[in-house]
Amino acid sequence: MKHLRSIDELGKDGLVKLLQLTDHMAEINQRPVPKVPALRGRTVASLFFEDSTRTRLSFETAAKRLSADTMSFNVSTSSVNKGESLRDTVATITDMGVDAFVVRHKSVGIPWQISQWTSASIINAGDGAHQHPTQALVDCYTIREATHTQSFDGMQITIVGDIKHSRVARSNIQAFSMLGAEITLVAPPTLLPPDVSHWPVQTTHDLDGVIPTSDVLYMLRLQSERMSQGHVPTLREYSEQYGLTQKRVMRLKPSAFVMHPGPMNRGVEMQIDPSDVKNSLIHRQVANGVSVRMAVLFELLGSGSSLGGQA
Amino acid sequence: MSKSIVIKGGTVINPDGDARADVRIERGQIVEVATSLSGEIQIDASGCVVTSGFVDLHAHLREPGKEEAETIETGSRAGALGGYTALVAMPNTDPPQDSVAVIDFVREQGKRAGLVDVIPSGCITLARKGETLAPMAELAKAGVRLFTDDGTGVQDASLMRRALEYARGLGVTLAQHCEVAELTKGAVMNECQCCTDLGLPGWPSIAEELMVFRDIELVRITGASMHFLHLSTRRSVELVRAAKRDGLPITAEVTPHHLALTEELLSSYNPVYKVNPPLRSADDIRALTAGILDGTIDAIATDHAPHPRRDKEMSLDMAPPGMLGLETALGVVLAQGSFELRNVVALMSWNPARIAGVTKTHGRPIAPGEPANICVFDPDLRWNVDPERLASKSMNTPYVGHSLRGRVRHTIFKGTPTVIDGQAQK
Repeated sequence: MKHLRSIDELGKDGLVKLLQLTDHMAEINQRPVPKVPALRGRTVASLFFEDSTRTRLSFETAAKRLSADTMSFNVSTSSVNKGESLRDTVATITDMGVDAFVVRHKSVGIPWQISQWTSASIINAGDGAHQHPTQALVDCYTIREATHTQSFDGMQITIVGDIKHSRVARSNIQAFSMLGAEITLVAPPTLLPPDVSHWPVQTTHDLDGVIPTSDVLYMLRLQSERMSQGHVPTLREYSEQYGLTQKRVMRLKPSAFVMHPGPMNRGVEMQIDPSDVKNSLIHRQVANGVSVRMAVLFELLGSGSSLGGQA
Repeated sequence: MSKSIVIKGGTVINPDGDARADVRIERGQIVEVATSLSGEIQIDASGCVVTSGFVDLHAHLREPGKEEAETIETGSRAGALGGYTALVAMPNTDPPQDSVAVIDFVREQGKRAGLVDVIPSGCITLARKGETLAPMAELAKAGVRLFTDDGTGVQDASLMRRALEYARGLGVTLAQHCEVAELTKGAVMNECQCCTDLGLPGWPSIAEELMVFRDIELVRITGASMHFLHLSTRRSVELVRAAKRDGLPITAEVTPHHLALTEELLSSYNPVYKVNPPLRSADDIRALTAGILDGTIDAIATDHAPHPRRDKEMSLDMAPPGMLGLETALGVVLAQGSFELRNVVALMSWNPARIAGVTKTHGRPIAPGEPANICVFDPDLRWNVDPERLASKSMNTPYVGHSLRGRVRHTIFKGTPTVIDGQAQK
């Protein structure tokens, strides 16, 4: 595996392999000293053109726990903010000796464009509304951990919110369906993509109708600028129809789980404090982020090295 | 160049029929069309079609303002290699073609290059801002026959109505880039399943069709003549077909790329495939092809839009739309295999000459006494595009790896060969 740019490209075998590798990483993270020398001498550069807290920190932590060197590129203080000299930037950093780029960019397709300009591996940490494959790996791993099942056969996963602008939704739909889940998308028609008839999903505009049958309720963040763009009239109205309320939580199956990729918009899609949701997996999603990203880095960069030894 | 030239052994395609004949040219004119002619310079045309030089209704030559992408000279050379003897220069230059000074400059630069007739179009509105009319009478007096704000459509329906009324008085034609801007904010590609997968903002067909419909109705009440640029959707073709059936003075063009390429190419993330209007579906291609075959579509125009490499190395959303077209148009159109040669000549020479208002010098029959603006092409030659070897200053051709069919062999402009055996002569 050279790059991780989309779940589609990864394929089911790659997905399952990375989830299994994540188990090893989770074990390392349980140790008193959670560090191994597996990627000693390797360099990972973070190239974040968009703000990020958890993804960036979890990648950097993951790299360090595998003893890789990290390089961070601060876009806000550089001249690269229009994409013009992206090729030069990538070439320059490549010349310094980099084995992998972790890339986040507001524009769709940047990880593929960059991979033409460098010999390093590319890890997509989010490109526009297109893909966020490591989030999907985190979410699959978290569901497996919570349900103690390898396969998602027959599992009803409901994804609620702004599907149209969500890279998390696009990656998760591919990953969940590869593992056998049945997926329902819940959103107002304005927040669904123009044509999803070829996606392995059902769609509905009625959240209350699908709450009782959902095994996983996956809430997406709604950005406030969607109002000015005419996608929803008011956040209050959205929240009323598509937000997670105490009342809705009460109607979930006892065994159902609630997830959210963060950052949350409290009072919008989350009308309830997540700590009040009994089966919330939101903290597990964050916690598993480091293990999953260690697995990805090891898979892409660790050829020939083992996970043994102490750093 | 007072030596006589004879084009030998080709098949002459004229509006009134085809004939195997040689063509003798002297002092810029065709003097004889007959078998077994000889002259001081002989140009072989065996296996080739001999016809009037092509006329492009839609070339972005980028000068003045963006000479990094193309100049009038390099664009003219690209045109000559594509068999063109006349190019309508689009007005979205910097400064724009909304004053006599810029119109004269563009025409003079064309003459200086001396490879094709460069026919400047004029802006409909000042600086193409869509706010106030450009001095259309002054521009018409300076020779402008086609007015357009191409790059954008005139959004204000009231202003467009006034422009059509004013144009009718001048006897000139308005050409519209049909795109309702509110519907295409941030759009990158056709609104389709592929854009759903990629998470890119869609460019809906309706954005084009609404303006086609609006302008047809404005033509109906104003009686002015109107040309639709680069139509790309099924419904646009249907609207124009119905308008023509009503006898409205409307013409329309499509580009080679909208006949040959589809939306899925954007999933390569390569901005070379980003174009305005966007590449559409296979169904749209079928409708555009049918529109050509039944005469709804009058012309094939390139929308030749050079961009420097660094601009096309930006992300899909940031990269400017547009692709090269002049050197590949014939090969792309013939590779489709849908059209008779005579049809192609009508679409690329006879009809566009009429729409551009240059029928005195272009799109003429190959006959004694006619100006010697001639294209000689091999209709069967298969070839591949090498972007490094194009005459254009830019390399943003989408046809790398495509097998094109039909290639221009010689081009004669005002009696002088500009291209011989596929090589530009100056």
